[in-house]
Amino acid sequence: MDHSIEPTALVRRLWRAVVDADEYAAADIVHTALAAGMDEEALLLEVIAPVQETVGVEWAADRISVAQEHAATAINERIVASLAHRRGGGPRPARRGRVTVSCVDGEWHAFPARLLAEVLSLRGWRVDYLGAQTPAPHMVAHLHLTDPDAILLSGSIPTHLPAAHAAITACQAIGVPVLVGGRAFGPGGRWARRLGADRWAADAREAAATLEAGVPRPAPSTARQAVDDLPHLADQEYTLVVQSRPRLVKQTLVELEDRFPGMREYGDEQRERTAEDLAHIVGFLATALYVDDPDLFTAFLLWTADILEARHVPAHSLVAALDVLADELHDFPRARRLTRLGTSALGERSPISVPGPGVRT
Amino acid sequence: MVRCARCVPSLVSLSRGSPARPSAEQAVTTWPEAPYPVLVVDRHGGLVRVNEAARLLLPGAARGDRLHERVPSWLSQAHRRIGDGSCGPSAGTSAGRINDRFFEAHPTPAGEGDIVWWLVDDTDRRLAETALSDSRTRTDVLSESSSALLSTLNVPRCMEMAASMAAEHLAEAAVLVAPAQGRRHPVTSALKGGPVDRTTRKVNVAEVPGLSEALQGFPPVPARWINPADIPGWVVPEGFAGPVGSVIVTPLPGHGVPAGALILLRSSTEQAFTEGEEVFARLFAARAGAALSAARLYTEQASITATLMHELLPPTLRSVHGVEYAGGYRASRDHERVGGDFYDVHPGTGPAEETLVVLGDVAGKGLDAAVLTGKIRNTLHALLPLAEDHVRVLELLNGALLTSHHTRFATLVLASVRRRAHRVHLRLTSAGHMPPLIVRADGTVEEAATRGTLVGALPQVTAHTVRTVLAPGETCLLYTDGITEARGGPLGDELFGERRLRRALAECVGMPAEAVVERVQMLAAQWIGAGRHDDMALVAFNARRNGSLTVVNGDGDRGRDE
Repeated sequence: MDHSIEPTALVRRLWRAVVDADEYAAADIVHTALAAGMDEEALLLEVIAPVQETVGVEWAADRISVAQEHAATAINERIVASLAHRRGGGPRPARRGRVTVSCVDGEWHAFPARLLAEVLSLRGWRVDYLGAQTPAPHMVAHLHLTDPDAILLSGSIPTHLPAAHAAITACQAIGVPVLVGGRAFGPGGRWARRLGADRWAADAREAAATLEAGVPRPAPSTARQAVDDLPHLADQEYTLVVQSRPRLVKQTLVELEDRFPGMREYGDEQRERTAEDLAHIVGFLATALYVDDPDLFTAFLLWTADILEARHVPAHSLVAALDVLADELHDFPRARRLTRLGTSALGERSPISVPGPGVRT
Repeated sequence: MVRCARCVPSLVSLSRGSPARPSAEQAVTTWPEAPYPVLVVDRHGGLVRVNEAARLLLPGAARGDRLHERVPSWLSQAHRRIGDGSCGPSAGTSAGRINDRFFEAHPTPAGEGDIVWWLVDDTDRRLAETALSDSRTRTDVLSESSSALLSTLNVPRCMEMAASMAAEHLAEAAVLVAPAQGRRHPVTSALKGGPVDRTTRKVNVAEVPGLSEALQGFPPVPARWINPADIPGWVVPEGFAGPVGSVIVTPLPGHGVPAGALILLRSSTEQAFTEGEEVFARLFAARAGAALSAARLYTEQASITATLMHELLPPTLRSVHGVEYAGGYRASRDHERVGGDFYDVHPGTGPAEETLVVLGDVAGKGLDAAVLTGKIRNTLHALLPLAEDHVRVLELLNGALLTSHHTRFATLVLASVRRRAHRVHLRLTSAGHMPPLIVRADGTVEEAATRGTLVGALPQVTAHTVRTVLAPGETCLLYTDGITEARGGPLGDELFGERRLRRALAECVGMPAEAVVERVQMLAAQWIGAGRHDDMALVAFNARRNGSLTVVNGDGDRGRDE
């Protein structure tokens, strides 16, 4: 095989270029591979996508800075744009139907959606790419105007699941089938089904295959509300936790300072970081209440523990926070169960499970 | 069975020879005047007796006639079943039609194998039940079609749904003809249980009886006046079973003007449309017409809005003369795309010329403020030749705003940008706006020392322009107060503030301009969460260390504005 189009080697070289913010080198690697006959879809999914994944992994392990992470992502995005530009932005004959690709409202990680849009476009679909930060009303207005065969919603962070649910039902209510994908929807897409999405796809190729097989339109008159899919929401735990989130964070912070006098020495910034961490914990707790799945919460806690330890913050602080939260939430049986399961999961975890660099040799 | 026992007089439900009870002979003497038709039939199917009421029902029926020659088969067969023993006389009632009435027939044994048939006229109840069930079905169909039709605001999709529902519930095939666009009519046709076909073609609407009238909004032509043989071939969808047997052509009433016409077809093997069905088709058409008109109105409004909005939307920024620009915008109301903040980049005519960057904020938010941003942007565009002198530009803009009918004022920042070798030379002027922030290579964040008064309020403006230089990796950020005054955070009620903005920028050394913009936007969005916020705009620019991919040319947002 031509060495210049061997994916593993390309991933290694491209990773080095983007982490050094060397846009020219990165563009050169990609366009040379293309010129050497590499399939464009393979280039997107087997070279650029893994490099972008590495960016996230390396950030989690605190091996690259925020600036490097953003710069690397920006370069990857430009390379994808340059590939699209090279193909020509003009209208190409769409052999298949028309689809819309968008991120879930509030989602900032647009890269997976962008890759998907390019892959579908390569396969002959006419793609309207709405990108990140598309409020649901804009998305619905777009669907009314274009009447696509399907909408593909991408989400990376599970806390956007309630927004995703609203988007899914809104799209289905106007007769557009919804295909979802991305980490937000959980292992094997378990939360996609719970939210009533028409289809879930593990990756861009599966999404393309699903579209090619055809997704029937949902009956337009079956408009439903969140509680129709998730009857447990009637217990109001989700609502009350979301509404009282700032108060919960504040009280937990005060209580933690009481129990751990060392925390009183924290500077403003450190205190704010702690408050942000607590806000995240409450956010994931609320989302776990929304989908009624403790795994959502424990997976987040384990990941956070790894992130904290990579930054030399002891993970037992999480257990202390959960302990205080459980006291604050004494009237919420489902939420208390989540904190209990979270605490025991943290107790059983083996330290540091952030995946290693993999491609950095 | 319960009903049977109740409505059959007990005096005949007994066998002959039972001394304690009246005999059938006695019964025979009492029933000739019964208000119900009564037939006594022997075991061989011969009529033994017929009462007065039965003679009225079956004129000419007389003793000795064969039952099956006098009554419909459902009754003679019911009698035979009792006669041959496959069904006892107490097996219950049969029911069916005699002439144009509907009867329940209750058998009772009358001795020697004779059977007395009591015929109970059930016509009115049957009619009422059928009417009720029909009306329930129609209500269900109407309610289902209303909610389905209301769900979409897309015109072709709405026509598809109307045609397919009409084919499903009203006819074997439905063809929806929309008013002509130019000389062609959008035609949507559907077969019951089949696919929907959508075309736009030149058709002669005068060929179809009643169609041109329906498209002009005249009342529908009664179905019985339309000769199915006159229906031209283009109306009949492919795969339609056999020749057309009956046709309904009904207008789709719209907002004052017809939204189209609906043609319903049934093949000759099916029952012709009844008058009731015509009325129902009109009810359906009224709903379809309303939905279609709403969709059309929405589409027109959306297209007008998009055209008007286009000028007000923030521009997509790109690299100009070796300097990379990136902009970010978020309107205060998430369902709107424009607001009182604005920015523009006016490229210099060549690499040696300055590029003018403008970012500002009009008092107020929403569409009213956005309209004024459009005026300011146009005025500044016209003042470009004077951009050598920022203060002069501000004075002229101030004069223009004071003489306009708008009572709003604005704050803004002007930045003239030129790249020389690896460095970017800047002139910065603030008119009552937050001074630009500059991220230096060592991570310090400087505030440009420019001050000035806002424009559009006072007869005089004063402003002070500063000059500075960006080294490679350094970035200049212009922003509006929507970012620093964003309220939220983990505790819910804190301002994002300039301190947090500076701290975030300190991490942005060497980042591409678009990554800086994205980073700040993301932090502000996370800070706000689901809370309320003001318009937010920001523009970042810098010289890239390695230059940039000119091939991209800002094309990354392809499709976003569609």
